[in-house]
Amino acid sequence: MLLQVEDLHVHFLTQSGEIPALRGVSFSIEKAESVAIVGESGSGKSVTALSLTKLLESPPAIYKKGKILYEGVDLLSLSQKELRKYRGGEIAYVFQEPSTSLNPVYSIGFQLLEAIELHQPHLKDKKSVGLEVLQKVGIVDCQMVWKSYPHELSGGMQQRVMIAMALLCKPKLLVADEPTTALDVTIQAQILELFAKIQKDLAMSVLLITHNFGIVKGFSDRVVVMFRGQVVEEGPTEKVIYSPTHPYTKALIDCVPRLGEKGKRLRAIDYSLIESSLNL
Amino acid sequence: MTGPTVSSPLLSVNSLKVYFPIRKSLFGRSKEWVKAVDDISFTIKEGQTVGLVGESGSGKTTIGRTIVRLQDPTSGSILYEGKPIHNLSQKQFRPYRKKIQMIFQDPHNSLNPRLTIESILREPLDIHFPGMEKKQKKEKIVELLEKVGLSAEHLYRYPHEFSGGQRQRIGIARALAVGPKLIICDEPVSALDVSVQAQIINLLMDLQQEFNLSYLFISHDLAVVEYLSDYVLVLNKGRIVEEGTPEEIYKHPKDAYTKKLIASIPSI
Repeated sequence: MLLQVEDLHVHFLTQSGEIPALRGVSFSIEKAESVAIVGESGSGKSVTALSLTKLLESPPAIYKKGKILYEGVDLLSLSQKELRKYRGGEIAYVFQEPSTSLNPVYSIGFQLLEAIELHQPHLKDKKSVGLEVLQKVGIVDCQMVWKSYPHELSGGMQQRVMIAMALLCKPKLLVADEPTTALDVTIQAQILELFAKIQKDLAMSVLLITHNFGIVKGFSDRVVVMFRGQVVEEGPTEKVIYSPTHPYTKALIDCVPRLGEKGKRLRAIDYSLIESSLNL
Repeated sequence: MTGPTVSSPLLSVNSLKVYFPIRKSLFGRSKEWVKAVDDISFTIKEGQTVGLVGESGSGKTTIGRTIVRLQDPTSGSILYEGKPIHNLSQKQFRPYRKKIQMIFQDPHNSLNPRLTIESILREPLDIHFPGMEKKQKKEKIVELLEKVGLSAEHLYRYPHEFSGGQRQRIGIARALAVGPKLIICDEPVSALDVSVQAQIINLLMDLQQEFNLSYLFISHDLAVVEYLSDYVLVLNKGRIVEEGTPEEIYKHPKDAYTKKLIASIPSI
């Protein structure tokens, strides 16, 4: 077991009082396993991802209850300083919008070197480590990209650079929070392929956060479905997709557009039905 | 289908070319061009939806922008109900803005954050229906909101108080305000969750039925385009590489690029 989240409760302080974002989330990730959290905006999937290394600013976030065990250590009980060892080094992130994650005024090479210097200051030939990792994410012309600035690269290329940066410290767990939502479908397919390849090659665990059931199939070993801060269903990907037990899971699968259904209405989610089946 | 114009298309685009200069020589003449749109022709009939599919950089957005005169064409013509509109001045084009409206991809950036929903929807009415009475305008605005699944209680709120899906509904209401016949939908659902995407696509289908609207539906996702379109154009690097009914295209794709697009669609 690499990571185990137990009964995680996270609240947010707002003007209208404390709002629960997570209400008892539990799931686990094995070594070299790929898990997907699927849910809509507001389901708490990103809050879950960010809570893993306490990346949420606190306050307003309050870690109310629960445990996040990473190789047996409860990350929630660690100080910010102690957590630094885990952030990036053990658990690395790739976010949705690569253009806002990269610094626009520094070259790609500079930003990669910065990350290497921070995490592996003892390394001698830092530049070649950086170039190597760019190659690993399928960038052919590494030298060129090294010298480029973020705005000179396409969205797909920027996301490859973000993945390269995440891989620099050889993390054991890669958390990808909607990594392809800002990309075209063709580029999305390439990036997902890249994730799958890296995961195999490096025997890394991947936690994919997405709102689209379509991209989960063929990618993740297991799926965790979230709704309003709770896990409503969990299981092997194929099983969840082909025989979902929870009505919300079913509804979420149904609204993925399929080829060959022209003119039919897409099945939108009937929330009142789902809410009545949950005790909120 | 009503009126005598059924047989003639509502909009026809003929050999449209839009080139952007990249390098200029000493005397200001451009040496190199990006051919964003390179010899594109198609027509849209009343009540019909034409889908434009392609990746970033394929020129699909440029086509939409050229139709609504946000971009000048390099050559070619665009006819609306048989009359050329591609060479009109902004002033001459104004009456056509009532007929041709646009819905944008990012509902966060296309609504003025400092205006209430009421003001956002009032603006097009003030411009295009200056004679309309205040009370009448208010009724019209409420009616528009209800058409897109919102209600009068949303009138005095600001865009940031709405979710992405609701904001896209406001964008649609704004487009509908002037009673257009053709709506250019430029990636209207790409920024939305799949569950919300389904709601918006259903809404667009309902509105089309109710108002006999024509759509030019622009998207990078063939699966989404296929739901709505009667006819699909596949664009690559400014050229149409394949066209046909959606059934033809996904069942028997001929072009290698179309095949790649189909293979990329996430499926269950």
